[in-house]
Amino acid sequence: MSVSLPGFADPVLSAQSSFRAILDAMSRPGTVHTAGHGLTPPAPLGQAAAACLLTLVDAETTLCLDDALETTRDWIGFHCAAPRSPAATAGFLMCHELPDLAALDAGSDDAPQDGATVVLQVASLCAGQRLTLSGPGLPSPATVAINGLPADFAERWAANHALFPRGVDLILCAGDALLALPRTVRITHAHKEA
Amino acid sequence: MQPDPSHTPPNSLPNAHAARQRWMAVLARASHADIVPLLAHMPALPAHSVLRGPESGLVMVRGRTGGAGAAFNMGEMSVTRCTVRDSDGRVGHAYVAGRDRDQAELAARLDAALQDAAWHARIETSVIAPLAQSQAAKRATEARKAAATRVQFFTLATMRSGS
Amino acid sequence: MAYVAVKGGERAIDNAHAWLAEDRRGNPSIPPIDTAQIREQLGRSVDRVMAEGSLYDEELAALAIRQAQGDLIEAAFLVRAYRTTLPRFTASAPVDTAGMGIRRRISAVFKDMPGGQILGPTYDYTHRLIDFAEAAGFAPPPAPEMDSDGIAIGRINDILDSEGLIEADGRADGMAHGKAESEPGDLTRTPLAFPAARDIRLQSLARGDEGFLLAMAYSTQRGWGGSHPFVGEIRVGEASVDITPPELGFPIDIGDITLTECQMVNQFAGSKTQPPQFTRGYGLVFGHAERKAMSMALVDRALRAEELGETATAPAQNQEFVLYHCDNIEATGFVEHLKLPHYVDFQSELETIRRMRADAQKEYAA
Repeated sequence: MSVSLPGFADPVLSAQSSFRAILDAMSRPGTVHTAGHGLTPPAPLGQAAAACLLTLVDAETTLCLDDALETTRDWIGFHCAAPRSPAATAGFLMCHELPDLAALDAGSDDAPQDGATVVLQVASLCAGQRLTLSGPGLPSPATVAINGLPADFAERWAANHALFPRGVDLILCAGDALLALPRTVRITHAHKEA
Repeated sequence: MQPDPSHTPPNSLPNAHAARQRWMAVLARASHADIVPLLAHMPALPAHSVLRGPESGLVMVRGRTGGAGAAFNMGEMSVTRCTVRDSDGRVGHAYVAGRDRDQAELAARLDAALQDAAWHARIETSVIAPLAQSQAAKRATEARKAAATRVQFFTLATMRSGS
Repeated sequence: MAYVAVKGGERAIDNAHAWLAEDRRGNPSIPPIDTAQIREQLGRSVDRVMAEGSLYDEELAALAIRQAQGDLIEAAFLVRAYRTTLPRFTASAPVDTAGMGIRRRISAVFKDMPGGQILGPTYDYTHRLIDFAEAAGFAPPPAPEMDSDGIAIGRINDILDSEGLIEADGRADGMAHGKAESEPGDLTRTPLAFPAARDIRLQSLARGDEGFLLAMAYSTQRGWGGSHPFVGEIRVGEASVDITPPELGFPIDIGDITLTECQMVNQFAGSKTQPPQFTRGYGLVFGHAERKAMSMALVDRALRAEELGETATAPAQNQEFVLYHCDNIEATGFVEHLKLPHYVDFQSELETIRRMRADAQKEYAA
């Protein structure tokens, strides 16, 4: 394993502030937060995605890494030390493309917290496909514009949402920005509602 | 127990890592205060930047049922680790028992420098060898004290053969 | 359970803490204890706190003992709380107790065995007379030394094993077939569930309360789950700990820890599937802790009653009884929580009693 780039400069404070950003993003779906300022992760990993991994993933969680991110494997292995796992059983997935959500671990009714968390790196969180979000944490429906999700994302998400309390949670990252789509959120194409 | 110089840790074949395993084991048992005086007569170690740590954490210590059976978790120990990259790009690692961050960082810097042919012999002679020697002496003293408490049974057989 | 939130106690609590700090320090004209003194001179207390705190760190245990004014359960509690703040890097390779640097090694079943009986620094043959010279700070002369002949100090069970008179070590299913070993269970990550496998039982006993395990072990000798144990071997010494960090990909030795291991040998009449042979109980504890290691081994054997086809009727043979109650941090938490305000619970009890008394009086009068 060859590693030449550092992780968080201050592991405790940086992990705390990143955790806060992720918590806020999960609590208020669709709101954009920043994380990972000052991080120098290996390409193509962005700062926010790297911060999510450094904050949430460690030797006691399992991680599945998308093939497109193979070049970042050593860095992630060194700083997160998470055992690698196939997508179907991973606690966390770091992806460049939306995986088949139905094929992931959605947890059980007894332990819905075991559902996987997908960190998905996308091109933009402020331009692209317009989606309307509603549900817990959203007093009124909100619209987000995301570049990097498949055209049928809303339909694919509906199946995940229907599993509640089971299901997977999604964190979208672009550069140092992130927003979260917890399993509780309802998503529709914005143009259909207009 | 710390390995003898010839020792290779369990579960490993004699391999290219044996020398590195040995110096890492010696540095893991040397406090920061043990190491610093040995560096006094050497040029300053290469400049370095920290890639990770020094940070304290835990290692779950495992035992085996009955001594050689199935593994079980017996309890944790505190461990401090550090990884540095020196100005020549060499990466040094340290994992040391306890919570001494200075020791871990210095051990990681020495691990990096020891991989450099220009530094290796000097550090081996001035730092690793004296530390290994004093650690071996401490073990030998313990073994000698233990030997002094070994019961010498006198049985008929040994009395006869003794006469 | 109803607890009532009480406000107004903050100042009283602050002042109680201030007095506690003063009380802990004691008479300021007496020099304070350095933690190095505790580590060096109260080693058995440090060992006990490490074992029951389930964290091997002598400095930290010494600090906790001082902060807890020598209350070892409180100190173990401090250590347990501290360990939750640290990340776990990895797990070690199982420690090789056969290869440990021996300070003490005795067997009660064989007099002459390879390596011999090594008494080490033991209290066994002291007269238990208070030593007033020691109290006066008398410095002992250095312990005598003798040439150690370098005989390998093999495990006693291997001698019995070679004749097939003793059962094998508790093997994992995969081991015999050369398959990769499965990960042992970890009760600090997955809550205890019954029946608990032997790996979980040993983990629980290794961090269990010495006094509780001692009493349980004693009960098995006094007829509560009769067993006739022999100390096959006790060894105390230093074992190195190896880990394989993923970034290195090969095992490294990160230092030594002191361990006490006890192999108990027990009679076993045999069953339909097994010939009569000796069975075993195992104890492995952080630090120099013979009483604890022996108690652990006796209780481990007692808890195997069912798997060996013995009738399990005694408390020490009951998994739920032993494992649910051996943790002194849990035990002290639940016992001591009774000190906390139960004003509302008690009020309802009070009213019930008053009503019952009134009803009884009415009935009596009628």
